[in-house]
Amino acid sequence: MNKKIIRILLLVSLIFLASTLILPLWDIAIFAPQYPEGLNLQIWLNKISGDLNNINILNHYVGMKAITPSDIPELVYFPKLIAGILVVGAVALAWPHLVSIGLYFLSFAAFSLFALYDFWKWEYDYGHNLSPDAPIKVPGMSYQPPLFGSETLLNISIYSYPAIGGWLMMVSFLAVLYVLYLRAKELWG
Amino acid sequence: MKINNKTMVTVAVGIGFAASMFACTPKKPSSAGGASVSKNAAEKVYVAPGKHDEFYSFLSGGFSGQLAVYGLPSGRLLRVIPVYSVNPENGYGFTEETKKMLNTSHGFVPWDDSHHPQLSLTDGKVDGRYVYINANNTPRIAKIDLKTFKTTEIIEIPNSGGNHGSPYLTENTEYLIASTRFSIPLPNKDVALDKMKEEVKGTISFIKFGKEEKMEVAFQLLVPGIDYDLASCGKGMSHGYCFLTSYNSEKASTLIEINASKNDKDLLAIVNWKKAEECVAAGKAKTVDGQHVHNELNEATHTATSTTIEKVKMLDIKDCDGVLYYAPVAKSPHGADVDPSGQYIIAGGKLAAQITAYDFNKIVKAIEDKKFSGDYDGVKVLDYESVLAGEVKKPCLGPLHTEFDGKGNAYTSCFVSSEVVKWKLGTWEVVDRIPTYYSLGHIMIPGSGSKQPWGKYLLAMNKITKDRYLPVGPELPQSAQLIDISGDKMEMLLDFPTVGEPHYAVGFEASLIKDKVKKIYTLEDNKHPFVARGEKEARVVREGNVVHVYGTAIRSHFMPDNIEGIKVGDTVYFHVTNLEQDWDIAHGFSIIGANTSELLLMPGETSTFKWTPSKPGIYPFYCTDFCSALHQEMQGYIRVSAPGSSTPLKFNQGK
Ligand SMILES: [Cu+2]
Repeated sequence: MNKKIIRILLLVSLIFLASTLILPLWDIAIFAPQYPEGLNLQIWLNKISGDLNNINILNHYVGMKAITPSDIPELVYFPKLIAGILVVGAVALAWPHLVSIGLYFLSFAAFSLFALYDFWKWEYDYGHNLSPDAPIKVPGMSYQPPLFGSETLLNISIYSYPAIGGWLMMVSFLAVLYVLYLRAKELWG
Repeated sequence: MKINNKTMVTVAVGIGFAASMFACTPKKPSSAGGASVSKNAAEKVYVAPGKHDEFYSFLSGGFSGQLAVYGLPSGRLLRVIPVYSVNPENGYGFTEETKKMLNTSHGFVPWDDSHHPQLSLTDGKVDGRYVYINANNTPRIAKIDLKTFKTTEIIEIPNSGGNHGSPYLTENTEYLIASTRFSIPLPNKDVALDKMKEEVKGTISFIKFGKEEKMEVAFQLLVPGIDYDLASCGKGMSHGYCFLTSYNSEKASTLIEINASKNDKDLLAIVNWKKAEECVAAGKAKTVDGQHVHNELNEATHTATSTTIEKVKMLDIKDCDGVLYYAPVAKSPHGADVDPSGQYIIAGGKLAAQITAYDFNKIVKAIEDKKFSGDYDGVKVLDYESVLAGEVKKPCLGPLHTEFDGKGNAYTSCFVSSEVVKWKLGTWEVVDRIPTYYSLGHIMIPGSGSKQPWGKYLLAMNKITKDRYLPVGPELPQSAQLIDISGDKMEMLLDFPTVGEPHYAVGFEASLIKDKVKKIYTLEDNKHPFVARGEKEARVVREGNVVHVYGTAIRSHFMPDNIEGIKVGDTVYFHVTNLEQDWDIAHGFSIIGANTSELLLMPGETSTFKWTPSKPGIYPFYCTDFCSALHQEMQGYIRVSAPGSSTPLKFNQGK
């Protein structure tokens, strides 16, 4: 019985993880008095969509670098990493041994931790490495958007939350975690 | 409508219409307020900040040549759309792209007299695609696209002496019709004025949508040379017919106010346009001279083109049996209005104090039974009694124009007695009246020209405002007054001053289009030949004495913003593209000493400014539309050298 549940959970995990290749991972929404309808950025594994242009125009006033997707290498190699993790997951599905499941879990977890850290680092860089020529300078002010949650910078409220792909990825991760637990319990009771 | 207001008042008083004859009309001299305004009137028109009006209304600008958009019930002016007159506010008629919109067979005509907006219809209902409006003076019809609220097409009407009765639509916008106001010799020629009567002819033009909804003059009907006025085309049962009032059956050409008011009855023209279509298809129309210009604004290139067409198809009514009949109509009528069911055609006589309702079924029957009372210039005149549905007796002084609420009521504006009367279709009895301030011409109920009016408000458009507002010199505003018609009694809610002469108006529920209105022009779709889709494409190119600047504007700078090597004697074209892709972020552009207007650039739009510097020096240019916190800093410089000097062409930014 456990074997069947493990297979189903692994399959769900794989499908949900694979869906991140075609679904947005993260949403950043920006509201300001002159933007009552909001500006939005969607971060995908391989692209950034939404009101990128307008956000760049606003950011230039405070000296933030323009967000240029073609200059972000992660958008090229992240999908490849996910593809690699999916291969490991597929092996685990075919051969649901503690070792293969463990490898799938570890690669998934390592990627997730690295991706979050990497995302935070980009945000830190955008928010702190400001152009000395910026038209508007506020002493002591940085503009780092939140990794998760909301924040108010000057007159702008920023909301940063997982998008559908991000939530599915979390569910996928929890599924592996649970499978790992089931397997470990089976072996060591 | 083109009556001289003051003259009309004088005539009315002069011929001694006693106000007591209409005792129920209060005639007290108006101090502020005039009509009693109920206590909750303000509440009914109050639209809280940030809230939207319930209706769009489009009021013609009359002699301003434009079309103004107001929200109702607030009466807030939302926008003035330039149509027939140049507009320095946004460069319409000044920029290289839009100059051609005002081309005519007489050359560039930068002004007109815009009178009757009409809405495109599908199945007799307002569809919210286009507004059309006529140019009364130099005959033209314009199409305004309701996605952009821009004039996107203007077609000239050939063989027409003044385009007043225009543009009236058939129920699926199959045709827009336009009739001659001043009858002139056709083809136009040099004729002694006292011999005109024998030479004058009139035309009724049928403009249809060709491919891609472009207007074309499909054919013209050659009709007796009387002065045609307002019209309505049938709907429902009367689909296939149009009805036009006319005046001057006397064919007078001098002192018309007397000489065209001699006959006791004038003529209502009844046109069977389906029959005309058949005759044209059967080859009965002749191809004749009819030079006219057709101008179009291409949304992808942001540029107007102008084409001259030399010939038109003309169908002489003598060659098409049954295409035109006349019916007698009360003296000096103004409008013919078809009720929402399509059964009744209403025409009032300005000088007759009487409103006539014709029954479409009776018209068809009278034609079948050949119930004629005579003929006029070879056209059969139907027997008045045979086509009559009913008369509204003594409704008011100077009944002009009738609108419908879709609930069986008709409302007629009365110019001389300055009031609106409400009466019932079928019983023809007056049930209510309300004074207006003062001398109203047309009235408007949103959707009244369609099968489904929104019978909640009525807008009265008045010619004289005298003591209604703070005085602003001898030239006073004209005004519109909003009347609540949702209850049994009409109730005055609001008056507000208007742009130019609010000659006529149309309106509809805002929800019909408000989510479909365009917000930006997509930069990738911009196919302007001189577009710069990014700052990297910005450049300056010299071709002999002509210099093209491919410029860009974005918050808060131009690219390039330093240009050298321009010489006196050069013609410089600044093609500026607004790189913004954000709603409501416009930029402007102008240069010291420029002989045109500014440019006003919507997001993603390219517009061209022609500049011919006349003296050497440094010429600043700047953004004219407050675009951002650093708008004031959005500026640049051009160096102009003497003719023949060797200053090299250079351009840069940020160096
Ligand atoms: Cu600007």
